[in-house]
Amino acid sequence: MQALTDRVKPVDRRPLTFMEKLYLPAIWKGMAITFKHIFQKKATVSYPEEKRPFSPVFRGLHILNRDEEGRERCTACGLCAVACPAEAITMEAAERKPGEEHLYREEKYAASYEINMLRCIFCGFCEEACPKDAIYLTETFAPANYQRKGFIYGKEDLLIPDPKEKQTV
Amino acid sequence: MTIDWYFILEKLILISGVLALSLIVAMYSTWGERKVAAVIQDRRGPNRAGPLGLLQPLADGGKLFFKEEIIPASSHRFLFILGPSLAMLVACMTSAVIPWGDTLVIAGQEISLQVADINIGILYIFGVVSLGVYGIMLGGWASNNKYSLLASVRAASQIISYELAMGLSLIALLMLTGSLSLKDIVEQQRHGLWNVVYQPLGFLIFLVCAFAECNRTPFDLPEAENELNGGYHLEYSSMKLGFYLFAEYINMFVSSALMASLYFGGYSFPGMDSLGLPHNVVTILGFLALFLKILVFLFLFMWVRWTIPRFRYDQLMRLGWNVMIPLALLNMLITGAIVLFRQG
Repeated sequence: MQALTDRVKPVDRRPLTFMEKLYLPAIWKGMAITFKHIFQKKATVSYPEEKRPFSPVFRGLHILNRDEEGRERCTACGLCAVACPAEAITMEAAERKPGEEHLYREEKYAASYEINMLRCIFCGFCEEACPKDAIYLTETFAPANYQRKGFIYGKEDLLIPDPKEKQTV
Repeated sequence: MTIDWYFILEKLILISGVLALSLIVAMYSTWGERKVAAVIQDRRGPNRAGPLGLLQPLADGGKLFFKEEIIPASSHRFLFILGPSLAMLVACMTSAVIPWGDTLVIAGQEISLQVADINIGILYIFGVVSLGVYGIMLGGWASNNKYSLLASVRAASQIISYELAMGLSLIALLMLTGSLSLKDIVEQQRHGLWNVVYQPLGFLIFLVCAFAECNRTPFDLPEAENELNGGYHLEYSSMKLGFYLFAEYINMFVSSALMASLYFGGYSFPGMDSLGLPHNVVTILGFLALFLKILVFLFLFMWVRWTIPRFRYDQLMRLGWNVMIPLALLNMLITGAIVLFRQG
């Protein structure tokens, strides 16, 4: 039979030699290997105290962005919800009232904005779909929770703190 | 007849001490096993409960106690409970004849650090170890589950097969020592060379058989997790399962102590009698030496477990009957010939 690749390794079907039948030399070799591993660098880290850095393209929990003046960027256009393959995003739009200009950047805003982190597959399509640079994926992941409703993140969980307020603090 | 209350008290204290020691060592063997497995596999192992994870065995034990106790409806209730009890009892009984040290002299009284120095010590151990099969067999049978039964049948035939080779390898040793008392054997090694020098092949056979007797890898077919769903203790839960697992570790501890006493000088160590220290101090140092030897053997048990894959059952039987027993017979023959030659 002709081999399909040049990496074919024929199976060695020769009967065991006397030394191999003794088992002990092979066992000793194996034990030497495992003994060597006792002194090697550990592959694992002590997690909560020591964390491995994520890759720069890691896609974790979402945030809702504000502009430089601290106004919410989201205009509740719904493009993120449309782009979402897992249908994890829901929102309700509302109209900006006079006097709320310092809160919302444009005249329409999201009165409620929810992402179900149990549905979300962290593909980042919402980030790509957003025309207003309002939603971003961060380098953290959703912490454990006791109840399903704890995984439904509302606006208060997603919005980043106001940069102006933060400065005063 | 007067009862020697002092003697009974002394032995009671000693028995409690030995029992507590074996239980603690068995407990920390589970911790040690996990640590050894971890470092061999480049992991860290238990390190959360207490410093270095040292409280982990307590947490595990507590967990086992609080687990639901399930006795299958179709099982034989009495035998089902008897199985793990017997396994545990038999595992603890073997430690009675092992000399844990020389004598301690307290207030003019000489106290032997051996529960019972009987002149048939090795025979006693073999008798009790053979009883260990009943614990496994009863457990597997009483579970009324074909996998448990299959595993216990495997275990029984394996243990019986390897007991033969083990006994034969010991006969060669007994021809040299001329005594069945473990204390005598250790004392002989104290004044001469360790028996492993005279009996390297015998020791190797004994070691391999000890692995098989303790159901340890590469001979852990009775509890082959991935083939028999856990083996003879498949139907067991809570502390009854704990007893089976614990009995295995106590068996390991006792066979380590036995191997150290028979082949590696027991509580004696080189230069023991020329230190010029008080008798009691030497005795305690001797006990520590024995303990160190035991720990080395325990590490060997674990090291082998995390290195070698399991034998196939036919390979196991072939190794036992076609290799171990002929080798043990050959060893016996050669030893006998040499003993005769030196006498004549």
